[in-house]
Amino acid sequence: MQAFTVHEGIAAPLDRANVDTDAIIPKQYLKSVKRTGFGPNAFDDWRYLDPGEPDADNSWRRKNSDFVLNQSPFDRATILLARKNFGCGSSREHAVWALDDFGFRAVIAPSFADIFFNNSFKNGLLPVVLKEEEVDELFRRVSQEPGLRIQVDLQAKEVRVPGGPVFHFELDEYRRHRLLEGLDDIALTLQHAQEIRAYEARRREEAPWLM
Amino acid sequence: MTGQTLYDKLWQAHVVREQDDGNALLYIDRHLVHEVTSPQAFEGLRLAGRQPWRADSVLAVPDHNVPTENRGAGIADPVSRVQVETLESNVAAFGLKFFPMQDLRQGIVHVIGPEQGATLPGMTVVCGDSHTSTHGALGALAFGIGTSEVEHVLATQCLWQGKSRSMLVRVEGGLRPGVTAKDVVLAIIGRIGTAGGNGYAIEFGGSAIRSLSVEGRMTVCNMAIEAGARAGMVAVDEKTIEYVRGRPQCPSGEMFERAAAAWRDLVSDPDARFDRVVELDAAQIEPQVSWGTSPEMVVGITGQVPDPDKEADPVRADGMRNALRYMGLTAGTAIRDIRPDKVFIGSCTNSRIEDLRAAAAVVRGRRKAENIQLAMVVPGSGLVKQQAEAEGLDRIFLDAGFEWREPGCSMCLAMNADRLEPGERCASTSNRNFEGRQGQGGRTHLVSPALAAAAAVAGHFIDPAELEG
Repeated sequence: MQAFTVHEGIAAPLDRANVDTDAIIPKQYLKSVKRTGFGPNAFDDWRYLDPGEPDADNSWRRKNSDFVLNQSPFDRATILLARKNFGCGSSREHAVWALDDFGFRAVIAPSFADIFFNNSFKNGLLPVVLKEEEVDELFRRVSQEPGLRIQVDLQAKEVRVPGGPVFHFELDEYRRHRLLEGLDDIALTLQHAQEIRAYEARRREEAPWLM
Repeated sequence: MTGQTLYDKLWQAHVVREQDDGNALLYIDRHLVHEVTSPQAFEGLRLAGRQPWRADSVLAVPDHNVPTENRGAGIADPVSRVQVETLESNVAAFGLKFFPMQDLRQGIVHVIGPEQGATLPGMTVVCGDSHTSTHGALGALAFGIGTSEVEHVLATQCLWQGKSRSMLVRVEGGLRPGVTAKDVVLAIIGRIGTAGGNGYAIEFGGSAIRSLSVEGRMTVCNMAIEAGARAGMVAVDEKTIEYVRGRPQCPSGEMFERAAAAWRDLVSDPDARFDRVVELDAAQIEPQVSWGTSPEMVVGITGQVPDPDKEADPVRADGMRNALRYMGLTAGTAIRDIRPDKVFIGSCTNSRIEDLRAAAAVVRGRRKAENIQLAMVVPGSGLVKQQAEAEGLDRIFLDAGFEWREPGCSMCLAMNADRLEPGERCASTSNRNFEGRQGQGGRTHLVSPALAAAAAVAGHFIDPAELEG
C-alpha cells in the first residue's frame, strides 16, 4: 500500500451531501475482477451524458460540462472537498479504487460513512474529517480561487491553505501509523497468529457449536 | 457495575487482542462471500501465497450477477459471466463451501445465511456487502466490509475494529394493519437520517420489534446501514431459537440445547447504558413511501412530496431540489397520486417467504393495473421459491399478470439484466433509492411488499389496508 505523509494539490469542490458509493462508481463497473482501471468511470453518471459500459472506450462519450471534475483546473484535482456522510451506501471498495485511480489522495468532509472511511485507509486514500464550518471555509476559498493548492499533512494532522487558515484534524493513532508507513495489514495481523489459535482453542471449549 | 448491552456481549466474546488505543482484533465466526467483492481478495491471497485460515467458516454464493430467467442458458453478459466463473474457480482452488447458480439452495447471500443456519445467534458475521447487518436479527454481530477486509478475514479469521458507540432504537406499541417491518425501518431512517447511525451499532428493541417475526427483524436490521450504522441487531428470544432450530448448519440434539442456553443470554441487561436512545411510537407509523434519492427522504402514504423552499438548512434544501429534479416530482404532490411504471418485489430486504405471502395476500384475485408495464417477484432463494410454489403463491402472482422469477439480487441494484430504463418509476421493496441504483435514470420509491403489491394492482401508491377485505 502506498504511504501517505504530506500531500499538496488542487481541491475540487463537490457540493452535495450524502454522496453514495453508487454515485462514485455505478454498479456496471463492479463486474471487473481487477483492482485498477476504475478512474475513467468515477462519478460516471454525473460525469458523462451518455450511458457507459465496462470495457467501453470512454473517449467518445460526451462529458457533462456542469460537473465539477470536468472543469479546469478541477479535472487535475487530487483532493476532493465534500459534504457530510460522504461514501454512504454500498460497501464496494471499488469506490475507493475509483477515486484513487482518478488521482485523488485525500477527501475532506465533515463526516464519512463508516465502511467507506475504513476502506480508504486500506488503499492509501486519506479521509479527513473537519468541522462543518471549516469545510464551509474551504468551499469558500476554493470558489474564490479555483486551483488553490491545499496541503494535507498526516504527520502534523493539519490541513493548510496558503496564506489562510490551518485546520487540525483527529485520527486514531493506529490508522495514522499504518498509513504513514504504508504497512501491509495482513502481515502485521499474522504476527498474532498464536493469540488467534489460543482464542480458537478457548472457544472450542466454551462454544463448540461455533467451530 | 452497570450492565452490558447486547453489543458489548457480542464484542467482548470475540476479542482476540486489545490494543492500548482501544482497537481490537476481533475473531470472525462466519464469512459469507459473493462474486462481486471477492475476486480481488482471492487474487491478493494468491499473490502473497496465503491460504484461508479457516476454510470451513466460509459460505460462498453468486447472487448479484445471476439472471432471473432462462437460467439454463447461462449468463448472457460476458463480463458478468467471467465474474461468476471467477468465484467458481476461487472456491474450487481454496476448498470453500459453495452453492452454484443451479443449486436449489442458491439465493441472495443474506437470505441463505439464516436459511441454512450458517448464521447463528452469538456469531460475528461478515461479508463484502453492506447489507450484512441483516444477520444481526438473530442476535449476531454482523457487518459489511470492503474487499481488503475480505482478504484480511480470509487470511487471518480476524479484523481490526474500533468499538462503535451503542444506540437503542426502541419502538413501542402495536403496529396498525398494513404496517410492516419495512415501514418501521423506513420510519426510523426518516427520523434519524442516513447519517444518524454513523459510528454506532444499533440495537432495535421495544414491543413492536419483539412482535415482529424473525424475518421481519431481518428486514429492519438489513436497513441499519441505510441509517448509517454498520451493524443492527435484535436481542435473542424464543422466536429466534425456534427460527434456527433444525436448520442444516445449526447444531442439533444436546449441542443445540447447550447453545440455546448460551443464546438466551444474548440480550441487553436491564441496567445497560446506551450512548443514544431513540424512541418511536409504533401506532404513529403509517405505511411509508420514499419520494427522493436517499432513504431518509420518506413520508407516510397520506403525505405529500415536501417543499425544499420550506427547508431551513441550505445544503439539505439543495439535496431536496436535486432529488425532486431527478425523480420528476413536484413539491406538494400527494403520494397517492404518484403512478409507478414498474413494480419490483425482491432483494435482501424483502424477498423471504413472509414478504411474498404479504404481497400475495394483497394481489389475490386482482390484476395488475394497466399502467404497470412490469411487476416482477424475485424470491430470495431457491428454497423460498420452492416454498412459495408449494403454497400456490406463484399462481396468485402469475394470474394477476406478475412475473415469477429465479432468485438473486436482480433489480435491487441492476447488475444483471433486470433494470429500469431512464425516467422509469418503480415501486420497489429494495433498500436504496440512490440515483441510478436500479438503472441509469431510473426512479425508485422504496416501499414494503404489501404496498408494492397494492401499487401494482391500483396503479398508484395506496395504503394496502384499503385493499384488504
